[in-house]
Amino acid sequence: MKAYVPVLLLIVFVIANAVMIIGLSHLLTRRRPTPEKQTPYESGVPPLGDARERFSIKFSMVAMLFIIFDIETVFMIPWGVAYRELSCGVPLVHGGCPTGQLSFFGLSEMLVFIGILFAGYVYVWKKGALQWD
Amino acid sequence: MLLLQSALVQSALVQAALGALPAARPTWNLALPGQLLGALGPDLLLAGGAVLLLLVAVARPESDRHQRAVGWASLGLVGLTIVAVVAYASRGALATEGPIAVDTFRWAVDIVVLIGTGCTIALSMESNPLDGILTAESHVLVLFSAAGMLLLAAARDLILVFLGIELMSVAVYILSGLDRRSERSAEAALKYFLLGAFSTGFLLYGIALVYGATGSTNLATIGEHVARYSLMYNPMLVAGVALLLIGFSFKVAAVPFHMWAPDVYEGAPTPITAFMAAAVKVAAFAAFLRIWLDAFPTVAYQWHNAIWLLAVLTMLVGNVVALRQRNLKRMLAYSSIAHAGYLLVTVVVANSLGASAFLFYLVAYTLATMGAFAVVIALGEPGERNQEIADYAGLWTVEPWLAAAMAVFMMALLGFPIAGGMGFFAKWYVIDAAIHAPHPQTVLAVILVLASVISCGYYLGVVLTMFMKPRPANAPAVRPVPTGTFLVIYLSAFTLLLFGVLPNGFVQLAHDSVPISMVGAPARAPVASAASR
Amino acid sequence: MIAPALQAAALAAAPHPLSGTAADWVWALPLFPLAGFLVNAALAVVAVARPGPADPSADRHSAPDATAAGEDVAGHGPGAGDADAPPPARHRFASVVSLVGPLAVGLAFALACAIFAAMARVHPTTPFVQTYFHWIPAGDLQVNAAFQLDQLSLTLVLVITGVGALIHLFSVAYMGDDPGYARYFAYLNLFVFFMLVLVLGASYPVMFVGWEGVGLCSYLLIGFWYADRANADAGKKAFIVNRIGDFGFLIAMFLLFVQLGTLDYTGVLAAAPGGLEAGGPVVTVICLFLLLGCAGKSAQIPLYVWLPDAMAGPTPVSALIHAATMVTAGVYLVVRSGLLFAMAPAASLTVAVMGAVTALFAATIGLKQWDIKKVLAYSTISQLGFMFMAVGAGAYVAGIFHLVTHAFFKALLFLGAGSVIHAMHAAYHATHSHEDAQDMRNMGGLRARMPVTWILMWIATLAIAGVPLFAGFFSKDEILGTIFDRAGGSILRDAHWLGIPGGVVLYAIYGMGLVAAFLTAVYMTRLMLYTFHGQNRTGEAARPHLHEAPWLMTGPLLVLGALSAVGGFLNTPAFLPIGPAETLARWLDPVVGPATALIAAGAPGDADPRRGLLLSLIAAAVAATGIVVAVVRLGRSAPVRAGAAPETGIESVLAHRYYVDEAYDRGIVRPLLAFSNRVLWQGVDGLIDGLVTLGARVWVWFGGIGSALQTGRVGTYAWALVVGALVVLAITIR
Repeated sequence: MKAYVPVLLLIVFVIANAVMIIGLSHLLTRRRPTPEKQTPYESGVPPLGDARERFSIKFSMVAMLFIIFDIETVFMIPWGVAYRELSCGVPLVHGGCPTGQLSFFGLSEMLVFIGILFAGYVYVWKKGALQWD
Repeated sequence: MLLLQSALVQSALVQAALGALPAARPTWNLALPGQLLGALGPDLLLAGGAVLLLLVAVARPESDRHQRAVGWASLGLVGLTIVAVVAYASRGALATEGPIAVDTFRWAVDIVVLIGTGCTIALSMESNPLDGILTAESHVLVLFSAAGMLLLAAARDLILVFLGIELMSVAVYILSGLDRRSERSAEAALKYFLLGAFSTGFLLYGIALVYGATGSTNLATIGEHVARYSLMYNPMLVAGVALLLIGFSFKVAAVPFHMWAPDVYEGAPTPITAFMAAAVKVAAFAAFLRIWLDAFPTVAYQWHNAIWLLAVLTMLVGNVVALRQRNLKRMLAYSSIAHAGYLLVTVVVANSLGASAFLFYLVAYTLATMGAFAVVIALGEPGERNQEIADYAGLWTVEPWLAAAMAVFMMALLGFPIAGGMGFFAKWYVIDAAIHAPHPQTVLAVILVLASVISCGYYLGVVLTMFMKPRPANAPAVRPVPTGTFLVIYLSAFTLLLFGVLPNGFVQLAHDSVPISMVGAPARAPVASAASR
Repeated sequence: MIAPALQAAALAAAPHPLSGTAADWVWALPLFPLAGFLVNAALAVVAVARPGPADPSADRHSAPDATAAGEDVAGHGPGAGDADAPPPARHRFASVVSLVGPLAVGLAFALACAIFAAMARVHPTTPFVQTYFHWIPAGDLQVNAAFQLDQLSLTLVLVITGVGALIHLFSVAYMGDDPGYARYFAYLNLFVFFMLVLVLGASYPVMFVGWEGVGLCSYLLIGFWYADRANADAGKKAFIVNRIGDFGFLIAMFLLFVQLGTLDYTGVLAAAPGGLEAGGPVVTVICLFLLLGCAGKSAQIPLYVWLPDAMAGPTPVSALIHAATMVTAGVYLVVRSGLLFAMAPAASLTVAVMGAVTALFAATIGLKQWDIKKVLAYSTISQLGFMFMAVGAGAYVAGIFHLVTHAFFKALLFLGAGSVIHAMHAAYHATHSHEDAQDMRNMGGLRARMPVTWILMWIATLAIAGVPLFAGFFSKDEILGTIFDRAGGSILRDAHWLGIPGGVVLYAIYGMGLVAAFLTAVYMTRLMLYTFHGQNRTGEAARPHLHEAPWLMTGPLLVLGALSAVGGFLNTPAFLPIGPAETLARWLDPVVGPATALIAAGAPGDADPRRGLLLSLIAAAVAATGIVVAVVRLGRSAPVRAGAAPETGIESVLAHRYYVDEAYDRGIVRPLLAFSNRVLWQGVDGLIDGLVTLGARVWVWFGGIGSALQTGRVGTYAWALVVGALVVLAITIR
């Protein structure tokens, strides 16, 4: 359980921090509301009409594709962490691979992964999902 | 040309995969990455081929011709995979540990799944254009789903089970919404997706709890740890088992987790419905059975009552509600729920006898289901019309062979001797397994028989309608049955009948296909003694 | 289809003397006719599905003689065309069918001969069993698809394929103008296939497959001209009556399996002495149920009623199925189960009594029939009775002997009758007459018109009547002689039948057999006199059209005639100094020897050869007397015209076949129908139906609830899922 103490500390700190910032600003500020100030903030664009309007499906499409490719790319980070072990045919010795035991397993795995991803990309492209119109 | 090339590439792949196999060694060392990949040969072949075909599918604009070309290529790929599976199976090499099972049970399930896949592609190639579906990707999606199923059949690790289930399910979610112009199809896809995601949660949570309790996701290790550390009374493990059970019950549409099935089955394009009713169920059941036999045999006391109840409920509710259905597709949906109940009986029995009965049942059930849906397709009008049971009135007078084949499928699903071919023996062996289990499940067997009696009400109703009701004057003329559908219908019927008269070779095969790890409890095997030469 | 390699494993360690000979090809025996069936059936289907330009419409075959006889089901010869009749309706594939049909059976016969040569060389003492695959593996019940070749089955195979081939040849001419030509040969080939399965099967279930198969073919062929309701009804009658018998056969099989745990012949033979109490109730009951099956298939009292009606089929069919082969299946079954019957003397006596009563009873009916085929039908029933008398008395060799000779002369008689009907039909057809072509009152004097048929029919008549040196004499004499011997000393003599000592019963049977033999001579002579002698009564117009049949029909008749004349020398009695004695007995000894020895236990040593001679003389005298009596009584009296005033007294009773059909109708069929209508259908069925309907309604109502829960809302489904999950969790974690 000791290993989790830092995590616990982190959680406590984050919560405390958030509570502190919002609470302090709540306590310390003086409120003089005007209609302008009460409008929701939307990247500086003045809000018009109902928020529940229909968006073009294209937004969702792009967002979806973005998330997919984004997350797949993130997968490379754990792969990078484990790359050394994956590239060695035997367990690592002091963090290094004994001579002659290097393997292409890790690399080929990622190549296959990228390949699949690429196939998906080609598919999306050919399907016209990347075209706005 | 393209077809030929891909075929060449794929056969080269098979060659490579086979060449990489250890020639002399009878077992696989799955700790080595190369061997692990080698042991996944057929699965990789199918998945890799599917990725290539996806690119082929998108290379040209949608057209009937193109989707047929891709369909044929997909069929070729399925055929190659079957060849690879047979080649692997005939090598007889085994892997006793590791995340992948290399045993005959896997190969047997693979073959059944691939036959179902092939039928689905053959059917959808010809029926999709009628509904205005020209996407060539539909076949590729079926292949992806099949790849997931092969993985499920092979998985001996909960992570791989999950991976397989998701690979299989995600493709099927899309497939059930293939008919984009049909509201029902879209509704089916959405329902299936939402509820499927919901149940996946249960499954994943179950896996997490089991891992938490045993410290492993490997089935064999789990089983070992449960036995060694007496974890069967560990609440975390039991909860995990229960959650896994719920997740699988959803996938195989066991009552009360079946609510999605009728709506989805009815809404999805008919070939996909057949795919879901046959292949998806088969693969999910295979993983289900393997997990229960490999990892949780010692927890039997805990799960026994739950699965028993599920089996009874599923048999009864499936059959009883099917009585009310007027739409043939919906009726078959409920019938497939009922069959999930029969198969659950083999899970309750959970020994080698049950497993061989299970395998035999899968073959009979897959053939009969595929055949029945193929008849529905052959007679259906564009837009999923002409699928009411009443539309089959007097079919005998206009299409005697089609009516006869349909009668065979109905009888097979009912478990009628001779006319129902293998169906009879399938049910017989399930009952036999239930009665000769170490803890005889006589009550379950009786309920199974009673449920079958109820099922006469609707199976024979179809036969009655076809043969004894007059053909209405305004009934549409039956279109000529296209080649693929024709083959699916009559080959299924022929196989059912053939092995209904000569079940012995199949029984032997089913018995031999039970992996060593599953031959736990010594059980009287009537099948084996019968078939021993 | 079936790899011969598969058999290898089934062989025992020591190879059977027959292995490596032609006997290895036993599997091909039934395959030839099966292949013929497939080809002919395909041609028949094709011809119907895609009618060619020259194809006759199916309903062209008019039945001109169907209206003639009131209650009699008239058979149909084909119409030979002449100037003003429509051109003969030859089948589109007639030439192929004519080749395939007879060839399939001919090849089987050739193979059977080769196997016979091999078997005659080694004369094995154990059966040669070939196992092809496991057919029914169900728990303890193991049934293999296996054939058993021994002297008994090979004898029957030779008869079936030999006589069958001849009848197939005859059919080529006889049925040549029938629109259903291909269908006919398909059925006929299928019949031969099933018949071969019946006799070759190595276990009761395999035999049962053949048993049911020949029943099916018989049904199909009796109703071959199904457009006539009477023919279709006759087919159904045969089928239903046979079901009663089959029920018996099935029960017997169940009992055998329960008692002995096996259904293979070899297994039963080995297990029966230890597993069943000799003379006990179990074996008796088994045998009696087997007997019920035999009575159905072989048309014995009380189940004989279907055979006369079966004459509705084409005449070659009557010759092959309803005289030579299928109806003798019951005799084969008894001989095959000889050991069981020998262990149950009471059942054996029942067999003999049944046979004797049937022989006598049918012979009396035969005296007063006018339809030429009906006479032969009752004659067949009567002769089958003789066979049952024989096997019931443990004279298994005699029974099989009579089976073989009967196959020769009865096939000849039927084919000869077919030749006559063919001529009569052609004549009436040419003159557009609607007289009955099968009524003997319309015949007479055909001797001059059909000399070949006449001579051959006389040979067959002398054979069946039992005139010395003809085939039937030896077989019938051996039957009667053996019964006499058994009455003198055997376990049957010491047993009791319904309280009567077995010896008395056997002497009575012997007496009945003599009377039946006498009557046989009488009615057969009567048939010959009315048909071939005296004045011709066909009619002035039709007479010139009466012709001898074509050579394709007379050819097989000649062969059968030769066999009927000399067939008896297969098994001459020991006391007659003609040729090698008792060939068949020595041939069959490995099969029937044990059972015969068991039955004949206690016989007083060697019988006096003079007694045998005396018995033979008595039999010959009886036959001669019968012929003489018939000639004297009928030779001068003018035969009545068809449709003349009905006879009175006992003659009327005989003409109406003892009113058995009527009695069955009044006593069984109608009460059964009434019971079924009033009580079962309206009463019990109403009640049960009500209950069932109620049950069904309840289930459907439940189904409605299930359907109602199926709202189509995902939310509901999710809730159901959660509730279900909670229930499962609650049950699992406890």
